[in-house]
Amino acid sequence: MEEGKVYSQSVAESAAAYAIIKEKFGDAISAFDANETMPFFEVLDVARWQEIALFLRDNGKLKFNYMACLSGVDYPAEEKLGIVCNLESLGELGHRLAVKLKCARNGGSIPTVSCVWHTANWHEREAYDMFGMLFTGHPDMRRILCPEDWEGFPLRKDYKVQETYHGIKVPY
Amino acid sequence: MGLLDAGITKHNVLVTSVDNVLNWARLSSIWPMGFGLACCAIEMMATNASNYDLERFGIFPRSSPRQSDLMIVAGTVTMKMAERVVRLYEQMPEPRYVLSMGSCSNCGGPYWEHGYHVLKGVDRVIPVDVYVPGCPPRPEALIGGLMKIQELIRMEQIGISRADALKKLAEKSVDPRIIIEQERKAV
Repeated sequence: MEEGKVYSQSVAESAAAYAIIKEKFGDAISAFDANETMPFFEVLDVARWQEIALFLRDNGKLKFNYMACLSGVDYPAEEKLGIVCNLESLGELGHRLAVKLKCARNGGSIPTVSCVWHTANWHEREAYDMFGMLFTGHPDMRRILCPEDWEGFPLRKDYKVQETYHGIKVPY
Repeated sequence: MGLLDAGITKHNVLVTSVDNVLNWARLSSIWPMGFGLACCAIEMMATNASNYDLERFGIFPRSSPRQSDLMIVAGTVTMKMAERVVRLYEQMPEPRYVLSMGSCSNCGGPYWEHGYHVLKGVDRVIPVDVYVPGCPPRPEALIGGLMKIQELIRMEQIGISRADALKKLAEKSVDPRIIIEQERKAV
């Protein structure tokens, strides 16, 4: 959080929450990005993600009890895949914050947080289905929307649809 | 056919061909399979409901493919669903008819280019008799398609193939522009 900047009410609340997390985890997380739409930070030490998630949920001053969404992102220029978790403290403290994580584009993995927020279970499966990053420790790491024997990950930027599926022509 | 309008009450005798009677019976009781895949199904349900009242055509949905004559493919057919659609089609007893309702099942619709998961036309997996265009088609359009199925049944005879019946139907096609022009002149 840069000194002397004037934030809107909701971003200021997010910045205050971020300060608590930064104090606890230091260099494991990035600087705060005061994005008006959704302020966020990135977890740099991906291995500590579960620990950070539990802290976010259980700390009395944070109480992020609600995961609104977990989305996948493809960063082909950086050779990385990522996820964005939108968190809120619903009915408790009212603040919100997004957390970003990145992993390698080929064979990358991110620790699961499905044990922290149950919402993450299916959302992580969807991110895997569409982008192909694995979530270590996930109880049921399968595709969720595409057929199980589908080839490739449809929302990657360089995705090309397969020619046939079970003998049926797929492209137009 | 107007038979009932003619007031046949006094033990009259009707002379007609077996084909005619069979076809009349079949086209007056087309039972579609009650299943929908997407928003087209909403229009299909509206057509079944009291306002458009498909039951006046003898059309009412059955819950089992084994009791159905007609499959209305109403909605987006995904690759995952395509195999199920084929299975349902195969469970229907012959003679069976397929009506493809709406752009998605006709050709992939809005998903034709980037919809990796959508089958680009249900005719890639099962033979389609009548296509109803629209996204989704209005109930009137669906009724039009169903009446086309009725016309197809009327064209059938014992001993001729479905392909021949479709050919006969195509020969009998009416250009609506001529009728519209006639109606205009009459006014």
